[in-house]
Amino acid sequence: MANDTDIAIRAEGLSKRFGDFVVVEDLNLTVKRGEIYGFLGPNGSGKTTTMRMLVGLLEPDHGRGECLGLDIRTERDALRRRIGYMTQHFSLYGDLTVEENLEFVARIYNLPAPVKTAQDAIRELGLEGRGDQLVSTLSGGWKQRLALAAAILPKPELLLLDEPTAGVDPKARRDFWEHIYELAADGLTVLVSTHYMDEAERCHRIAYLAYGKLLASGAGDEVIGNSGLSVWEVSGDPGDLSDLAANIRDEEGISMATPFGTRLRIGGPDKNALDHATQPYRDDSRFRWEPSPPTLEDVFIHLLRDAQDNRAVAS
Amino acid sequence: MTNKAHQNRAPGFGGFLGRLRAMITKEFKQMRRDRMTFAIMIGVPVMQIMLFGFAINLDPRHLPTAVALADHGPMGRSVVAAMQTSRYFKVTRQVGTGAELEPLLQSGEVQFGVEIPPDFSRRIARGDTATLLLLADDTDPAAVGGAVGAIDTIVRQGVNRELRGALAMRRDTSTPIVDVVVHRRYNPANETDKVIVPGLLGVILFLSLSINTGLAVTRERERGTMELLLSMPVSPFEIMIGKIVPYITVGAMQSAIVLLSAMWLFDVPMLGSPLLLLAAIALFVVAVLTIGYLISTVARTQLQAMQMTIFFFLPNLLLSGFAFPFRGMPDWAQMIGEVLPLTHFVRLMRGVMLKGAEFASLWQDFAALAAFTAVIVVIGLLRFRRTLD
Ligand SMILES: Nc1ncnc2c1ncn2[C@@H]1O[C@H](COP(=O)(O)OP(=O)(O)O)[C@@H](O)[C@H]1O
Ligand SMILES: [Mg+2]
Repeated sequence: MANDTDIAIRAEGLSKRFGDFVVVEDLNLTVKRGEIYGFLGPNGSGKTTTMRMLVGLLEPDHGRGECLGLDIRTERDALRRRIGYMTQHFSLYGDLTVEENLEFVARIYNLPAPVKTAQDAIRELGLEGRGDQLVSTLSGGWKQRLALAAAILPKPELLLLDEPTAGVDPKARRDFWEHIYELAADGLTVLVSTHYMDEAERCHRIAYLAYGKLLASGAGDEVIGNSGLSVWEVSGDPGDLSDLAANIRDEEGISMATPFGTRLRIGGPDKNALDHATQPYRDDSRFRWEPSPPTLEDVFIHLLRDAQDNRAVAS
Repeated sequence: MTNKAHQNRAPGFGGFLGRLRAMITKEFKQMRRDRMTFAIMIGVPVMQIMLFGFAINLDPRHLPTAVALADHGPMGRSVVAAMQTSRYFKVTRQVGTGAELEPLLQSGEVQFGVEIPPDFSRRIARGDTATLLLLADDTDPAAVGGAVGAIDTIVRQGVNRELRGALAMRRDTSTPIVDVVVHRRYNPANETDKVIVPGLLGVILFLSLSINTGLAVTRERERGTMELLLSMPVSPFEIMIGKIVPYITVGAMQSAIVLLSAMWLFDVPMLGSPLLLLAAIALFVVAVLTIGYLISTVARTQLQAMQMTIFFFLPNLLLSGFAFPFRGMPDWAQMIGEVLPLTHFVRLMRGVMLKGAEFASLWQDFAALAAFTAVIVVIGLLRFRRTLD
């Protein structure tokens, strides 16, 4: 058990509903200081809602949470000064210039020399000479970099990034992550949600959410190991593979059958049951079967399918 | 062939009707889902019918009147009684001398002042012509019109009742019995524009300023910038002040334009203290800006904010005394009017510009505006959501 001062985020039993719709259910989460923590899960799984509760933008219905040792319900004012939040949808002012936006943020946080701070940030961003450009006219990638620059301008101790690289090209994503690593090396804690597997692998630890529930958490290989998943990779004619996937998908013991390029990845949590289910097809001369180590993506697909099945049973 | 026919299954008029039906049903469904818009679309006509039908009266009766009755004879008393029964006048004050009527008119406590001189009865008894002075506060010309038109007949009725015995022959003499002198105060030429223009400033400020602050906050919600703003260390009070202050300068410019054109184009007099006028305008500007802010804490979209502003503006327009005589309205409508900011602003503007009124006779309207603003600010701050819930 880590010391309290080593903990950046601690949430216990957080729940949030909108009307009758439970969006986050009994969520427990611990993020250590200096960690890059990844938040994964399909759209609508409650990632944004959880982040909003953690920054005090939504009132949890149940449970409690602390960020940097400050209660997310009662110590919001202190919290707001010490965390940076980058919203999923761009939320700087499109009708202000780059410099005006940064200066605004600097003033809200009472930073010394706001004009100089804004200009320094523009230089660091590599936006020299474009400080007078209206933000609405920036490209998507630049908007995201600007939003990150704004979020870290007041030098927060904890940074929450909600899908910061969605829709951004690979080069820009790499640069973005390099920046994140630099920040983490300086002791910043980062909670980042993403749909990209390569980004999930870059995180120190990850959590996987579906239907508002935390299905798995830990370091990447821990999550893979804990799932107990075994995977076969099958190659063959694409048409035959697609028939095979359709036939085998609902078999007992199989929790994933997903095409991956020209191959099909078939897996299940119980090696014996998996092998039993695949047995009739393994001698088929049209296919070549090879055991393959499960990837994070395999595990997520498997977890999601599992959760779907549990929901179907529950309702 | 069959394939082609299938693609074009509903040609011509049938296709047109089908698409029309799709469009119309869709619009109806969307209209019904937007509850706020729907409520306001229904609410506005209901409110207008109520206000025009029941509250607004273009020929007001029972207007408050102060009487200075110096005559001790029977004629004066009879005239006052005739005024009471005429339903145009309602004697609310009795004063000793004609000089005391002026301040009552200036403060707006009464609409009319009537002075009946000491020799009123005596002159009639002697066969001379008596005089009666009617002072009318003409800053509300629509209100005084009826009464001024009827005053001759009313006075005549009152006097006739006392023309008994030896005096009965006077009923038919050709010498006029009473000469009624009407003094229209504050707007002697009975010009409507002079009365309208000061109040018009209130209407302009109200609409443009409250709509703009209302939009300024809801715009942040609609565009998503509110999410970032709320995650930063800024308080609702700071947000409110930030939204309001820029529009104070807009209000100042609008006021300058309206006031200058009032004086140069419409020859509206400026009888009172300019400082008092500025104070009234400043207070009103803050009041309407806070209304906009309050609306923005309720409205979810910019469109809703606009609609709610208009919804709140309508009773201000109709019940403030700007467009229709305040005293012509039934008590319930006057009570509503008393809590509306435009009512007090119109009184302040007319009071300062047309009547040259001093603070001493206007302080109640100042106080009402200030109280209104304070209440709106408190409600607005309490209602402002610091979360996205
Ligand atoms: N204010 C709200 N009112 C109603 N439903 C909401 C609201 N905010 C989010 N939701 C719903 O909650 C679910 C989770 O949303 P979200 O937290 O944004 O998920 P994610 O970020 O993982 O995509 C979604 O189904 C979304 O439609
Ligand atoms: Mg989201």
